[in-house]
Amino acid sequence: KCNTNTQSEWKKSEDTQQQIIRETFHLVSKRDENVCNFLEGGLLIGGSDNKLIYRHYATLYFVFCVDSSESELGILDLIQVFVETLDKCFENVCELDLIFHVDKVHNILAEMVMGGMVLETNMNEIVTQIDAQNKLEKSEAGLAGAPARAVSAVKNMNLPEIPRNINIGDISIKVPNLPTFK
Amino acid sequence: MALKMVKGSIDRMFDKNLQDLVRGIRNHKEDEAKYISQCIDEIKQELKQDNIAVKANAVCKLTYLQMLGYDISWAAFNIIEVMSASKFTFKRIGYLAASQCFHEGTDVIMLTTNQIRKDLSSPNQYDTGVALTGLSCFVTPDLARDLANDIMTLMSHTKPYIRKKAVLIMYKVFLKYPESLRPAFPRLKEKLEDPDPGVQSAAVNVICELARRNPKNYLSLAPLFFKLMTSSTNNWVLIKIIKLFGALTPLEPRLGKKLIEPLTNLIHSTSAMSLLYECVNTVIAVLISLSSGMPNHSASIQLCVQKLRILIEDSDQNLKYLGLLAMSKILKTHPKSVQSHKDLILQCLDDKDESIRLRALDLLYGMVSKKNLMEIVKKLMIHVDKAEGTTYRDELLTKIIDICSQSNYQYITNFEWYISILVELTRLEGTRHGHLIAAQMLDVAIRVKAIRKFAVSQMAMLLDNAHLIASNTQRNGICEVLYAAAWICGEFSEHLEEANQTLEAMLRPKVTTLPGHIQAVYVQNMVKLYASILQQKEQAGEKEAAQEITQLMIERLPQFVQSADLEVQERASCILQLIKYIQKLQVKEVPVAEEVIALFAGELNPVAPKAQKKVPVPEGLDLDAWINEPPSDSESEDEKPKTIFHEEEQRHSRHRQPEIDEEELARRREARKQEQANNPFYIKSSPSPQKRYQDTPGVEHIPVVQIDLSVPLKVPGMPMSDQYVKLEEERRHKQKLEKDKKKKKQKKEKRGKHHRHNSLHTESEEDIAPAHHVDIITEEMPENALPSDEDDKDPNDPYKALDIDLDKPLADSEKLPVQRHRNVETLKSPDSEVPLVEKKSKKPKKKEKKHKDKERDKGKKKEKEKKVVEEEEEEEEKKGEDLDFWLSTAPPTAPTPQAQSEPGTGTAVVAESQEVKKEEREEQDEEEEDEGKKSSKHKKKKHKKEKEEKSKDKKKSKKKSHHSEEEPPVSVQNGTLEDEPLPPMSSYRLLAENPYIKMTYDIQGNLQNDSQVTVSVIFENKSTSFLKSMELNVLDSLNTKMLRPEGSSVHDGIPVPFQLPPGISNEAQFVFTLQSIVMAQKLKGTLSFIVKNDEGSTHEKLDFKLHFSCASYLITTPCYSDAFAKLLESGDLHMSSIKVDGISISFQHLLAKICFHHHFSVVERVDSCASMYSRSIQGHHVCLLVKKGENSVSIDGKCNDSTLLSNLLDEMKETLSKC
Repeated sequence: KCNTNTQSEWKKSEDTQQQIIRETFHLVSKRDENVCNFLEGGLLIGGSDNKLIYRHYATLYFVFCVDSSESELGILDLIQVFVETLDKCFENVCELDLIFHVDKVHNILAEMVMGGMVLETNMNEIVTQIDAQNKLEKSEAGLAGAPARAVSAVKNMNLPEIPRNINIGDISIKVPNLPTFK
Repeated sequence: MALKMVKGSIDRMFDKNLQDLVRGIRNHKEDEAKYISQCIDEIKQELKQDNIAVKANAVCKLTYLQMLGYDISWAAFNIIEVMSASKFTFKRIGYLAASQCFHEGTDVIMLTTNQIRKDLSSPNQYDTGVALTGLSCFVTPDLARDLANDIMTLMSHTKPYIRKKAVLIMYKVFLKYPESLRPAFPRLKEKLEDPDPGVQSAAVNVICELARRNPKNYLSLAPLFFKLMTSSTNNWVLIKIIKLFGALTPLEPRLGKKLIEPLTNLIHSTSAMSLLYECVNTVIAVLISLSSGMPNHSASIQLCVQKLRILIEDSDQNLKYLGLLAMSKILKTHPKSVQSHKDLILQCLDDKDESIRLRALDLLYGMVSKKNLMEIVKKLMIHVDKAEGTTYRDELLTKIIDICSQSNYQYITNFEWYISILVELTRLEGTRHGHLIAAQMLDVAIRVKAIRKFAVSQMAMLLDNAHLIASNTQRNGICEVLYAAAWICGEFSEHLEEANQTLEAMLRPKVTTLPGHIQAVYVQNMVKLYASILQQKEQAGEKEAAQEITQLMIERLPQFVQSADLEVQERASCILQLIKYIQKLQVKEVPVAEEVIALFAGELNPVAPKAQKKVPVPEGLDLDAWINEPPSDSESEDEKPKTIFHEEEQRHSRHRQPEIDEEELARRREARKQEQANNPFYIKSSPSPQKRYQDTPGVEHIPVVQIDLSVPLKVPGMPMSDQYVKLEEERRHKQKLEKDKKKKKQKKEKRGKHHRHNSLHTESEEDIAPAHHVDIITEEMPENALPSDEDDKDPNDPYKALDIDLDKPLADSEKLPVQRHRNVETLKSPDSEVPLVEKKSKKPKKKEKKHKDKERDKGKKKEKEKKVVEEEEEEEEKKGEDLDFWLSTAPPTAPTPQAQSEPGTGTAVVAESQEVKKEEREEQDEEEEDEGKKSSKHKKKKHKKEKEEKSKDKKKSKKKSHHSEEEPPVSVQNGTLEDEPLPPMSSYRLLAENPYIKMTYDIQGNLQNDSQVTVSVIFENKSTSFLKSMELNVLDSLNTKMLRPEGSSVHDGIPVPFQLPPGISNEAQFVFTLQSIVMAQKLKGTLSFIVKNDEGSTHEKLDFKLHFSCASYLITTPCYSDAFAKLLESGDLHMSSIKVDGISISFQHLLAKICFHHHFSVVERVDSCASMYSRSIQGHHVCLLVKKGENSVSIDGKCNDSTLLSNLLDEMKETLSKC
């Protein structure tokens, strides 16, 4: 599985977008574990000024595409921050969390990267803002939201393959600590 | 109401939510597309419901589908609906969907302007935040223009969360709307020192991004950034700043000197690798920018290289990669310091990571010298053998060739070795770069005369073993080298020892399996070979042998005559006939060799690739003018044969010298020599007269460099490049011994930079004399060639527009547009009370003062204002000198041409604009107060009045002048409608008018949505009063309804999103939905508004009738005549016609009228008859045939719908009868 975060720097048609994702996945997934995390830009991602920078966690790849104004190591740390933030927001994030809650992942990413530019690198700040937004969402749902949630819970119970039941241990992401960055 | 809510949530329970959708898709792996199309149908149903929660859920699912690659642009309008929901939860879903799928071409985007403005000023910071985030992804030039001012206000928001987003999005706004950069820049600069680190970081981010593209405009910020760099502890910010300095130093060497020390300190102190790396990078940039002569220069370089070495040696592949990357930057200016780490870099070639290997290869390119070339290439050759995967091997191959051929073969001391390398490379299987090797072979053989003999022998061998090469079925691959081999053997056949054998090899039947263009070269060159053999035999008197060879040709050539390739066939049959003729002569014992050889006489000169481009156009020559009148069609065919010849062949075709008399030739030669003496790209001919090749005219002026020959080599047997390496070593050793003896006498001259072009200097860096007698013929250039290379700058660079001088004081006209009335409107509109409060709280002093005596307050304000202005003045004056002063603490250097703005006039302008601004703000404040008081009946009204009267005159004048200045940018498109005479045709029609207001409107169909039209209404304030709280309402019909915001009833009007100061006009857009479009519609409506003037305010109404003509449902759609004809033939169309008499205007004008007013386009026009086409928003085709008679016009129309057609024709009749 591959979760590709294509930064919104370039807007392309859906076809091109899919092609980029496919190609990126192809490039990234065939790389060995012990090789560097940078891939130099092809034409598809906007020329030689751009680089793919990725990190590999268990079954997931987090791929960022950046231009030369970003620091390569900085982006690696940013991915780390992103994953740690996901881990906090989802409480022990696993692959299926990301698959079933794409919208939440997007919202978290939006607090870190805005319009292709890095917005916030401080994890505590990001988590605070996300929590506040979740609270707001809950308060809005209020009474009216309750039945919907109940139904959703029932639906989950009826189906055999819900994420919680599977709970594949090995895909929960291990988050190693990197001392290099604040 | 409560019931409705409950019902909504129950509905929602049974809809699929995002999780269900994801689960469903995962469960339908085998028929995913079908399942999704089913889901999309469901979503379409959900979108039709009124419940916003259902809609939001649907949009949320669509966002996911978009991620999977499905086009969801059809739902753009629904996304806007969800964006405008009042709940944050839904709003966020809407904005997320918008940021995913909106782009410049999305036309409903213009409908979002007011919604976004409302969200930006929402009391809930997360509403604002989500709007900013969304906007950052889909901002268009229009949105940027309209919202720039709102965003700028947010940059001073109380909440850092909003501030940082507002600051960051400004970059996007600048990109789309460069005019906003200068007005917004001061505030952006302010934010560099924001107390919140997040905001500061955002500001640094934006300025770095701007400065990266146009660094020179940001030099003046260097002191500020320097301060930040030494004080900040945020690594992220530090990295950005250090990167920025890297971009600035090339422009200001003094800055670099100042930077070296703190950067070096950082390098020593930091533990963060990312920071260390960026520091090293910037130090490198500094060192590059500094010209040599700095004392501790080399120490810094050493430090960098040393640190990089640590990186490269690190086990972390990322650091290794980056280390190599940075190393290659040093390499450009300080190759020596890098070369000492050759061992390390060669080691990296063995790395298992391809990215790293490629980086290392890049480095090698710059590291070669005459001394180590052979060794490095040997190492690379080993890698070529080992390499798995063709991509990397091909990369190696190109690198080897690059490395060897760089700077005109500067580092090659032994060309025999190089040829052997090339030959060895031909053994690569499946490479794509056969043509590269071939090109190198040709180039070397042509340009290095001394190597020809050797090259020919090697090529003959290649031809002999052609079956090995050709057996690789990769057709476009390596067999290309046979092309080169055949040509070289033919062209330089005089050097061939076993010509017979080679000829035989070329005539083998196997050859016919080669690609056509190669066979063609074979055929052509076997004649050359044949000619030289013939000559040889004839001279030796071996007539029989000569006849034998002719016989061989005649026997074997027919296999080429049968070739399917046109080129091969043509050449072969031509040559076959020629040889048959020769045979005839041979039988008669006529000596023919001389004549045959004459076919191919002449010397070939290499021509520089740019030579053609550089031929200057002689004065008075117009290249575009006809020399002769264009010939008739039949004649033009004569020119064709030229292009039939293969391009490659053409390049090598004989260079025929035009007949020029000796005198002219001598004169030209002289001029040319003169030219070359001044041309650095030419190698000057050595002082000692060298051997010249005078056999053909025009060759002797080709510059030839002679390299002294020391040890002529003859390698016996099959040459392997390795042998050369060994021999070379021996030779060098010998040389060294010799040199050591002489050493005392000879003082080596210090050498400067390498001459990149053509500089095969005899006194080489390492004093290695080449092993071979080598003449490198430089490429020919035309006389008077222009040496300069044009800069290939991209004129479409989007960042070019941001190249704006920021130090220049702001001019009066430079304000963010649409500030005035829209701004007032935002402040006044009921739902935006809160930002007002926030804005006030931002200036707490002012707020407090409000309760004090107004007169005093005002005085104080004025004082403060003055102070600000003064400060600004000082600042302004400082700015120019600031940088110089700051930099001059470093050892003084030559003064730089720092552009100093004239402080006198500059500050005046700033002061003035500042004053005007203040004045406005005051005015606004007053108005706010005014309102507040009216409602609360505050007693201070009296004071206010006094104050107002006092400043009235002054303000009035200010205000007036201001408006007039402000106006042009305010309404570019509707400006024409207010004070300039109307253009000949305007699609805007009068809607209603009274003494206060005039409304004109235009209706446009919506391409995206087949049941919507957009009505643009221009409101013009004709009175001297202020118009506000305008609300437009129409009485919906069954068919046509105005689109109202979520939750409002059909009786609610839509507020016009602006207010109108006197004399101002502005445009608002309203969307209507309709079901049937075949008939014209009239809707009654009312505009209610409040008129406010000095006497008070009154409530006014203006009734109007909105006329939806059928033409307004049409969308101008171009149509090709063939498609048009097909449409007419299809027979599905109803027909109707009209005739209008008494038409006096020209046909042209008439068509223009139909096109403009009725949205048609002309398909074809013949004399006074034209066919026209248009399409309705619901896809009806409408075809017209317009014929003009003497005084009348008849129009025949065809359309899918007869009602629509007859209505359209009626409308047209009306338009035309007015003419």
